[in-house]
Amino acid sequence: MTVVANGEKREVGEQAKVADLLGELKLGTAACAVEVNKKIVPKLQHSTHALAEGDRIEIVTLVGGG
Amino acid sequence: MSTIEAKLSTQAVASPEDRLVIGERAFVSRLIVGTGKYATYDLMRDALAASAAQVVTVAVRRERLYNDQGQSILQFLDLSRYTILPNTAGCFTAEDAVRVARLGREILTQLDNSGASWVKLEVLGDKKTLLPDPTGTLEATRELVADGFQVLAYSSDDPIAAIRIKEAGATAVMPAGSPIGSGQGVLNRNNILLCLELLKEGDPTFPVIVDAGVGAASDVSIAMELGADGVLLNTAIAHANDPVMMARAMHHAAVAGRHSYLAGRIPKRLYASASSPWEGTISGVPGTVIPGE
Repeated sequence: MTVVANGEKREVGEQAKVADLLGELKLGTAACAVEVNKKIVPKLQHSTHALAEGDRIEIVTLVGGG
Repeated sequence: MSTIEAKLSTQAVASPEDRLVIGERAFVSRLIVGTGKYATYDLMRDALAASAAQVVTVAVRRERLYNDQGQSILQFLDLSRYTILPNTAGCFTAEDAVRVARLGREILTQLDNSGASWVKLEVLGDKKTLLPDPTGTLEATRELVADGFQVLAYSSDDPIAAIRIKEAGATAVMPAGSPIGSGQGVLNRNNILLCLELLKEGDPTFPVIVDAGVGAASDVSIAMELGADGVLLNTAIAHANDPVMMARAMHHAAVAGRHSYLAGRIPKRLYASASSPWEGTISGVPGTVIPGE
């Protein structure tokens, strides 16, 4: 199925969870926060939250800023 | 003495342990510094150390999905030393600012940093001036406070806007000295004084932090001498020719300005007031007669 991660279309497996996507992106160990359709999925739920067709996912981290 | 001068010479009582208190947190340093715009993370780390700041701001941005070789700012921030203050920079609506604040909280919770429950709220009104959107800021403040955040809200130096943000539940109000990154310093000292007076009326410990516009160390001292509790800056250090030396200067300026404020300045006068006594001068002073001549 197709999801949109950080603005880019991406194919993921039918049963994919948030953690699977992060693993594919090599972000499994990164300090990052994930939002699916504008709702935060806390880290504890990354391995259980199933993605759905068309989900819009934001994966963010901390960068320099003022 | 004019009203302004009276304000400038307001006496404050120095407590033995003078601390910047924001919500439940207390800090020795009154500088809050940003982590943006540095040429390298190494330089940032050294400048932060030289500033002696205990609170540093960061932004929340999308992960780069295809270039995982880049360094993370977190490798260069000693989380046991700094309280991280995530910002909502780049947000132009209350809705976006609330989302970004929650994402920042989610990351800082994972890192077990004490900054998890607070946010530097910026809801911008315009990309060119980066001036705050007053209604969006109020709306986001209310929503974030209801969600358990301690909100440090970036504001214009309009005293009424500042007081409304406090009424909305902000933990600290941060009026701008001048536009973000402009280096113009404190453009309207009277407005900062009015912000301080209104925000601290009946609530003298309410933290007021001058945020944005600092160009040089003297700007920090001026803000502190006016009675601000702290100063937040980024560009003036990061883009100085020697960021580490400028960071050190900013630290000294904050201390100097704070001490100057606590010590209580003299009133401004139109005429001079001699520091050496007139009595016993051997030369003639116009309008007076030397005894014995």
